[in-house]
Amino acid sequence: MTAMLEVQDLRQEFRLNPGLLDRISMKGGRLHLQDRIVSAVSGVSFSIAKREVLALVGESGCGKSTVAKAIARIYRPTAGNIRLDGQDIASLSQAELLPYRSKMQMIFQDPFASLDPRQKVRDIVAEPLRAQSGLASGEVAERVAALLAKVGLNTEHAGRYPHQFSGGQRQRIGIARALSVNPGLIIADEPVSALDVSVQAQILNLMMDLRDEFGLAYLFISHDLSVVHHIADRIGVMYLGFLVETAPRDRLFAMPRHPYTRALLSAAPSINPTRSRPEIELQGEVPSALALPSGCCFRTRCPYAWDRCAQERPALRDMGDGQSVACHLTDEPQRDMP
Amino acid sequence: MTTEMQPLLRVRELRTWFHTFSGIVKAVNGVSFDLAAGEVMGLVGESGGGKSVVGYSLLGLIDPPGKIESGSILFDGEELANAPERRLREIRGREIAMIFQDPMTSLNPVHTVGRQMDEMLRLHTELDKKARRQRCVEMLESVGIARAEERLESYPHQFSGGMRQRVVIAIALLAKPRLIIADEPTTALDVTIQAQILRLMRREIRQQGASLILVTHDLAVVAEMVDKITVLYCGRVVETGPVRQVLEAPAHPYTRGLIDSIPDPAHRLPRLRQIPGTVPDIRALPKGCAFRARCSGAAAICSEVEPSLVARAEGQSAACHFPLVSGETA
Repeated sequence: MTAMLEVQDLRQEFRLNPGLLDRISMKGGRLHLQDRIVSAVSGVSFSIAKREVLALVGESGCGKSTVAKAIARIYRPTAGNIRLDGQDIASLSQAELLPYRSKMQMIFQDPFASLDPRQKVRDIVAEPLRAQSGLASGEVAERVAALLAKVGLNTEHAGRYPHQFSGGQRQRIGIARALSVNPGLIIADEPVSALDVSVQAQILNLMMDLRDEFGLAYLFISHDLSVVHHIADRIGVMYLGFLVETAPRDRLFAMPRHPYTRALLSAAPSINPTRSRPEIELQGEVPSALALPSGCCFRTRCPYAWDRCAQERPALRDMGDGQSVACHLTDEPQRDMP
Repeated sequence: MTTEMQPLLRVRELRTWFHTFSGIVKAVNGVSFDLAAGEVMGLVGESGGGKSVVGYSLLGLIDPPGKIESGSILFDGEELANAPERRLREIRGREIAMIFQDPMTSLNPVHTVGRQMDEMLRLHTELDKKARRQRCVEMLESVGIARAEERLESYPHQFSGGMRQRVVIAIALLAKPRLIIADEPTTALDVTIQAQILRLMRREIRQQGASLILVTHDLAVVAEMVDKITVLYCGRVVETGPVRQVLEAPAHPYTRGLIDSIPDPAHRLPRLRQIPGTVPDIRALPKGCAFRARCSGAAAICSEVEPSLVARAEGQSAACHFPLVSGETA
């Protein structure tokens, strides 16, 4: 069985273009024009099976949203393969991509910015349908009504504009739009982080119901570990453009192996602060993606780092049980003793 | 921690309304609470609950069309509701300090951090220049900023978000205020940085013996930070009490719903319990209980009579005609 999505060694770099004067410098008596390149994603590989929910977690700047946008081909990846249902779409042009767009749709974080304020709801939901299928207008209208019902809105909402809806309702509209072309994969970039917690629960439940009904796979991007624990089958943890650990959900929460994952899990506040105090308290902040540290990306904040970590970049290695970790500690577990 | 009998802050029936063209927004509509010296209280609720407006009202930071309509804010025995601006300016910063959500906008981008810190001391203390500088350096060091002496000359944009929030906290604590109001102080920060900042706030505030009102939507942060919790819905207090007690045995269905909406990694359920519906339009609140349309336990009386805050257990009160008994789900 082919995976719904298979990503191999995805790299996404952005060239910063500050003014000419900022880039110009003297080198050996000659003028030198320097490019500044941000490595937002540095070689990320993973796959998502049909009907599977993979969540990517990490803090701001870790590249999780960039991965989502590169896969949705909002960006053109610098390198790597993105196989969607077997077909590599990493280097297709926008025109060539069009037929594949119906297999993959995106839900965005900000329900206020991701809907055209001048379109009525029925046109917002119908737009991908019109672009993708040769349906007659009567059929489109029927399908829009059915989609709105699926996401918990009713037909009278179809004639309204986005500003007449609350954040949660707008997110429902965005979900209906994504579902309109029957995709197999939905990329959801922080779909509930702009919502109040009671509404967040409604949207998460809706997304789970839709997955069961339509057999959807999700790539779910989030910074919120409790949300991720609720929705994901498998979790990937990102740091500074690298995937540092992936594991099935329960495995990751029960036995996180990468020091960053452990720090992240112990830093998350909990409504039941009964568990033991932070296992790893991180000091300092994430380094700049303009100048990645040598070796391991996490070594500047890692309490265990030793000289090998500065020299050699750890590769993501399968530890069995579906858990993969990119850390030299797995070779020398004795260093992990307190 | 609640050792003193006379509360530091006593808020009674506070009403802050906004007179807009589309009607009166009763953002805060009859809120009462006490805060003892050294006590940490969480003010929680969802958007539109009125929690931030309560914080702003305490400092007299409500601009037209907003207005404190009625009620009393007794701070150490002194009435602050509609106190003259001159007096409020003396109190802000010295007695009551505020930490805002967004560390990007709460510092002035065109002045150095040192100058902004110095301003606080110049306005509110008698210290001379040298002593002020000394105090600024100490304060920056105590919030965990290395090379403090040098960093005083830096501008806000030269700090990261987490570092900027440290500076904001340092400024708030400089004049040794007795009450600090922190409005979503870590919402804009990443989780590992949030953990650092919360630890820092807890330590520094405890050291100074100050009281804290933590305004937030995040119940998990509240669970780890506060002694007492006050839950707001549509401008009214629906429940208040000691934090562990309220989180473990909430009496108001809204509090129960909020708690249940949060996915709990320790007890994963196939579906989250959700609060149905949405927050009603605050300009046209229904008669009776504002929560009744979303409440599964609502009865006839709920659409007639607005419930008042009634003591349930030791220190815990709820505004509900049919309060939940311990362990009951909404």
